[in-house]
Amino acid sequence: MKLNDEEQDILAGKAGPLPQLALRHQIMVGDFFGAKDFVPVTQAHIMADTESLGEAGVQWLEGLAATSEGQRRVRVPTITDPRGTDFAKADLLGQTSVMLDLERRAIAAFEKLGVAMTNTCINYQTIQAPTRNEHTAFGDTGVVIYANSVCGARSNFEGGPSALSAGLTGRTPRYGFHLPEMRRGTLHIQVDHTPTTLNGWGALGGVIGRIAANYWAVPAIEGIEGAPKSDQLKHFGASMASFGSIALFHLVGLTPEATKLADVAAADLPRHRVGRSDIEALQRSYHTDSEVDVVVFSAPQLSLYELGDLASLCDGRRFKVPLLAVTSPQVKPDSDRMGYTARIEAAGGSVLSGMCFYQSYAREISEARGWKRLATNSAKLVNILGGYGYRPMLASMDSCVEAAASGRLERT
Amino acid sequence: MSAGLFKARHAMGPTVRGPALVANDGFSARYDLDRIKGIFSRPSHKLAGRSYVGKVLVLDTAKGGVATAWMLHEMKSRGIVPLALVLNTVNPILAQGAALGDIAMLAGFDEDITAAVPDGAQVEVNPQQHWLKVI
Repeated sequence: MKLNDEEQDILAGKAGPLPQLALRHQIMVGDFFGAKDFVPVTQAHIMADTESLGEAGVQWLEGLAATSEGQRRVRVPTITDPRGTDFAKADLLGQTSVMLDLERRAIAAFEKLGVAMTNTCINYQTIQAPTRNEHTAFGDTGVVIYANSVCGARSNFEGGPSALSAGLTGRTPRYGFHLPEMRRGTLHIQVDHTPTTLNGWGALGGVIGRIAANYWAVPAIEGIEGAPKSDQLKHFGASMASFGSIALFHLVGLTPEATKLADVAAADLPRHRVGRSDIEALQRSYHTDSEVDVVVFSAPQLSLYELGDLASLCDGRRFKVPLLAVTSPQVKPDSDRMGYTARIEAAGGSVLSGMCFYQSYAREISEARGWKRLATNSAKLVNILGGYGYRPMLASMDSCVEAAASGRLERT
Repeated sequence: MSAGLFKARHAMGPTVRGPALVANDGFSARYDLDRIKGIFSRPSHKLAGRSYVGKVLVLDTAKGGVATAWMLHEMKSRGIVPLALVLNTVNPILAQGAALGDIAMLAGFDEDITAAVPDGAQVEVNPQQHWLKVI
């Protein structure tokens, strides 16, 4: 990679040991992908739940944080993805003191590094959405795909070590979706049915993700009717990223880089059609039981509007099985003020904050609480939880709330 | 290309030798693995139930999210880790994880590497020379 004067100084250690270590890591990754140089970034977002970090990762962070004061802080605003717990609700999740201690150590290390503990995967709804052509170093695939596609920003998937490196150096290797030529559509999707529910949008994203099935693929999508809402595109993108490792899509006539198809795609792209039957088939494939042990709304964290809708559905009900609704630390106080939290919890549900279900020791939660059959309206969550030993089922928010009340998930 | 030698466009990490564990399926440490037992745990994965420890994983592409970047490092610390990752295509997360965990990785072949390498074959992965060789 070609390094400018500042980067050569960083590599030589003149900016301190942490930027030097970070730049070395970034050069390894940049060389792997053939990056020619670095591009400055304005913000970074770190996925670093302790189930992923483990003891080794936390020790690694603590080693960085032990660097002397004045030489260890990030250079650009650097925020965090959800933590591995909501400390106030850890008992509900059956989490152990070992898990919580690890979380506390990770938080302490991040704070010493100057990282802002926002603990959210919906920072584009709650902290600061990036603008078109803004180069960022975002972790969490749902954040990246939303920022790239809906906002027109430029980011690759940046795992925790790389996002932290970007925070420490203020730059990232220029490859992948930082390059205009990599943002062109690589396949054309004609959608014949526009979903109305969040689970439907997630299922549509999942179907397209399975078709594209490659990080470097960019679906150029036509046929969506109307103007999708932020929460709909949140579930759509998060699911597409989860099922297909996709980081960028274009909705022709809707997203900023695709005023018309020719803006983003050649005429001879491989073509696919996706209809209502495809969306319903994906959802049916996850409906493997009629009994439910737990209902979870998470992945991504819920917006204030989603919590408002959920609160309305909870009114007048009494749940037989636990219902968990997970949101960000930015949304939770508003949910409390608006009375949404109280209405959900009056029905027997729980509103958790600053975590995400699958990032919170999901396997250990299942074993501690005996939760196997899990109903959710998140397509992303059902795609992830199979490997954790769950039987996840995808249904609408209405059906999931009904399942919490009856213990049964009706087929739709 | 000589028989049994496959060149990769992208490479990093140390040279290693070991048995190949091959499937035309994807890879995500979070989605697919029981990292305590060291096996593929996702029921629908073609390697479900099989141990990945000490194996040269030969798979199609990276799947899913960003956690693998940390998890490879964590798995390495406990010795419950693949010997190398060899894929037709990778996403940045796998490369970032391999860089942190110092795990051998190859990606980008002219042929479908999952069809070219027999499951169980002894292979050498040489990132410096950008090749995998069936021994």
